[in-house]
Amino acid sequence: MLSKKDFRQINPLLWEVPITFQEGMRVPVRLFADERLLEDALEDKSLQQAVNASTLPGLVGQVIVMPDVHQGYGFPIGGVAATRLPDGVVSPGAIGYDINCGVRLLASRIPLEAVERQLPDLASALYANCPSGVGVKGSLRLTAKDLDRVCRLGAEWALERGYARQDDLDCTEESGRLDGADPGAVSPRAKDRGRPQLGTLGAGNHFIEVDVVDQLFAAQAARAMGLEAGALVVQIHCGSRGFGHQICSDYVREFQPAVGRYGIRLPDRELVCAPLDSPEGQRYLSAMACAANFAFANRQVLAHHVRRSFEQALAGGVPDWDLHQVYDIAHNMGKIESHPVQGEAVRVCVHRKGATRAFGPGFQGLPEKYRPLGQPVLVPGSMGTASWVLLGTQGSMELSFGSTCHGAGRVMSRKQAKREVRGDQLRIALEKSGIQVRAGSMPGLAEEAPQAYKDVDAVVEVVSGAGIAQKVARLRPVAVIKG
Amino acid sequence: MPAPAFEELQHTADWALRVRGEALTDLLRNAALGMLQLSGAVAAVGPRRRRRLRLVSLDRESLLVDFLQELLLGLELRQVTYPEIKIDSASDTSLQATLVEAPLQALAKPIKAVTYNELRIESDQEGLVATLVFDV
Repeated sequence: MLSKKDFRQINPLLWEVPITFQEGMRVPVRLFADERLLEDALEDKSLQQAVNASTLPGLVGQVIVMPDVHQGYGFPIGGVAATRLPDGVVSPGAIGYDINCGVRLLASRIPLEAVERQLPDLASALYANCPSGVGVKGSLRLTAKDLDRVCRLGAEWALERGYARQDDLDCTEESGRLDGADPGAVSPRAKDRGRPQLGTLGAGNHFIEVDVVDQLFAAQAARAMGLEAGALVVQIHCGSRGFGHQICSDYVREFQPAVGRYGIRLPDRELVCAPLDSPEGQRYLSAMACAANFAFANRQVLAHHVRRSFEQALAGGVPDWDLHQVYDIAHNMGKIESHPVQGEAVRVCVHRKGATRAFGPGFQGLPEKYRPLGQPVLVPGSMGTASWVLLGTQGSMELSFGSTCHGAGRVMSRKQAKREVRGDQLRIALEKSGIQVRAGSMPGLAEEAPQAYKDVDAVVEVVSGAGIAQKVARLRPVAVIKG
Repeated sequence: MPAPAFEELQHTADWALRVRGEALTDLLRNAALGMLQLSGAVAAVGPRRRRRLRLVSLDRESLLVDFLQELLLGLELRQVTYPEIKIDSASDTSLQATLVEAPLQALAKPIKAVTYNELRIESDQEGLVATLVFDV
């Protein structure tokens, strides 16, 4: 078990576990945290999981750990690892089961005070129109052919079907479509799970949240994003549903014998991997791209339902109920990118699991309006607490493979949260503090109680203080929709 | 007092279960019962169907994961749960089971995947023991 004495403090917000800590480590582990968040991280196995991840073949630089880290399976949630092309490995477990789980932010010009009385109706409309909860099916009925097109086209499929605007795609990571998707690399079981679930939120920690822009920190960036103090915005947090989970399960299974074939030894079977240039590695990347595209299309269809809900609840009450897309960003993904390693640009596969891409100013893949500023980063907090809009920085390009945090990060187990919090009482407390709550399951609500999470403001202070993100806006919730 | 057949463990983000069994057949059955209890699967009144299941896997840990994953797929895709589970035989790489399937009335929380996280089936004084982590 790691303890604080195993870390070398590089600066007040950066800690390192050297490769001498455990046999088999190929690179050091670096954690962005203040003293308090370091101690939180030492409470569970998350940092040992980062150490285990540092044994993956072909790693470059360091395994990076974000301040919102918590224990996952195999690889920690809040971890970043970059493996060199062509013969470094890709590890499905280091990308996660919910491939392209991510966040979309839509912004309005509606002042909160203009619609305070309609908020209950708006929350109810969102709950009715955005299918959520256990085993829920969407209103879309996809044929096998439709699903293959979703896999290949991602959010472009939604544009073809009238669920998107071109501006939405322009303001989505990879324009909402990852290249290299091959539906032939996806199992029939994954397709069976995915077909009824497009356009659904699901359960767990996924949500739709209406927030108000509480504070602005960077006027120029906020203007570019169309964020106005006091106006309503909407966050959509979800991913590739059962489709992505099945793809990850299939490849974790398929890679079990592959590690033996390639002579790879690992401390945890959940980290199974295959060389990026191997047939197994290539096939996984093609399947992963299908799940990523499914998730982009999923959030896009949900965004359509959110717009419909705003119209239903607010048309006639306010002159302009439009929602424009600020950005849509993945926080569980493997991406082929170029990053400087020892002064040289190297092509790598960046595994981000519970970590957000945070490219700095000047990156060609960003929409024109964001290129001089850096990429928008969306950091949802826990239910009932703040969320943040940040920007990627030059520092994130130099220190963390263009990555930053993804949320608040759990500190309390689901079991403990349910023991300590009652869902119905939490709902009453949230509503008393001015937050409308619509949830399908009270125990599910209790599991996601704010006290089960770290302080998102403290997490953001670390990434901002360490220079791997810049603050733009703080958001405060006014309505939460959960499965 | 003998150790319980299954018990929920603390896990920060997901669900973990320690499972025991005198023999591999018991461990597999107890793991299935524990997983179904964790997800709160309730059978509806309705027609029951008996189904034989045969699985072949790489090793016994993979067999455990594959078996549980098979049950999860039934919950999600066919909306059935399993009031009776009998493991007829099991080796390190294969199993035969008889499942009684019933329509699913309610599911408190879906388990989305069974992971290999630190998964090892080990022996102790009471038989076999394994710790499973589920993605929820």
